[in-house]
Amino acid sequence: MTLVTALRKDALLQWRTRARFLAVLAFGAVTLLLFSFAAGPDAASLRRHAPGFLWLALMLSSTLALAETFQAELEQRAIEGLLLLPASPRALFYGKAVANAAQLALLGLALVPLAVVLYDAPVPRPAALAGVIVLGAAGLSAPGTLYAAMSSQARARQALLPLLLFPLVVPVLLSAVKATALLTTGDPMGQLRSWLMLLASFDAVYWSLCGLFFGRVVEE
Amino acid sequence: MTEETVPAPSRGPLPFVLGGLGLALLVAGSYIGLFRAPAEQHMGDVQRIMYVHVPTAWNAMLAFTFAFACALAVLWKGSWRWDCRLEAGIEVGVVLAALLCVQGAIWARPTWGVWWDWDPRLTTTAVMLFAFIGILALRRFVDDPARRATWSAVATVIAYADVPLVYFSVRWWNSLHQMQSTPETVSSPFHLPLRMNAFGVLFLMCGMIALRARVSALRLREEVAPPPAAVARAAAPGRP
Repeated sequence: MTLVTALRKDALLQWRTRARFLAVLAFGAVTLLLFSFAAGPDAASLRRHAPGFLWLALMLSSTLALAETFQAELEQRAIEGLLLLPASPRALFYGKAVANAAQLALLGLALVPLAVVLYDAPVPRPAALAGVIVLGAAGLSAPGTLYAAMSSQARARQALLPLLLFPLVVPVLLSAVKATALLTTGDPMGQLRSWLMLLASFDAVYWSLCGLFFGRVVEE
Repeated sequence: MTEETVPAPSRGPLPFVLGGLGLALLVAGSYIGLFRAPAEQHMGDVQRIMYVHVPTAWNAMLAFTFAFACALAVLWKGSWRWDCRLEAGIEVGVVLAALLCVQGAIWARPTWGVWWDWDPRLTTTAVMLFAFIGILALRRFVDDPARRATWSAVATVIAYADVPLVYFSVRWWNSLHQMQSTPETVSSPFHLPLRMNAFGVLFLMCGMIALRARVSALRLREEVAPPPAAVARAAAPGRP
């Protein structure tokens, strides 16, 4: 029950700051554009690298989206009031992490058409691609939410969040890029399943670990 | 943190004894490895870097595992002593992992023809190096000591849990590294210098961790419960 209430609070917060979401989306779009300049105008190489560019754009934009996620809670020390409520910090964490995962998944889905246009990337199985994006967004969001809770209360927070998050989510990046590439260019060896399993196990490990530790991080 | 006061840092010559012993072993083992042991059949003299590379690899992993154990102890017992050991373990682990990457690159260039290869062990080491550098940065940018201790312990547990995931994802992605060298996989003339250097680096590392933990404890005491003289100085600025 408290989880639903927490989720409702975070969904409402994100709806009311939707201008920020649009700004992050525009940032992701700009990075997609810049990647094509870095890789050159060769259409075949752009198409081959499209999955990697898509996930890099999502990863870079995710730090912007996640960095602000505790803004409202830190203003006027609202987080202390939240912690005084008879709700477990775990529910607060999962509410926020689910809302962040949803936001990142939306961001990823919104970047796909742009990648299709810019890189001429084929999307033969859009529903499966959406599934990969949801799994990948979940993998970024759980540790990202926990680290945002720390970095938003530390000095040098802009540098700190990506420094902590990026090395950690290397398995997410690898498996999501591989799965996306296999979905778009075909999967003759049947490898998709093992990459999805790896991504899902990362999600399982970090959704449980981060939920376990969130209370310790905010209560001190 | 459940502990109110920071315990006095231990004194005594133990870190220096360990460090000296480790250094002596390392010098002797490297001498045997460089001048006495035969050259390897295929790689020639290049292989001799194994005598420092393999011990560094073992001990870097050991240092991060030690940091992980310290992090669990901080979260469980809330004691400052383990926080100091945690900082020491991470810092020494970062130094060893950085050395490991550099040695690996030096060996890879003449052997594989490239400085860097996306092999699972090499890549995992690099990822771990950056993950733990991030934790050191986190410690630097958090001012409250209790918060710093809990947060860096949480971050250490989270980063350490990532090791198998990174390793397997990179292994599926690409692989080239040769089998790891252990006394079972190399022939007997190579054993003695390899073992001597392994214990040399181990003792040196233990000495450095102990010494670094002592420095952390001294800093922490200054921060949490400054000695009266420092309080008096802070209360009356302007006076020498």
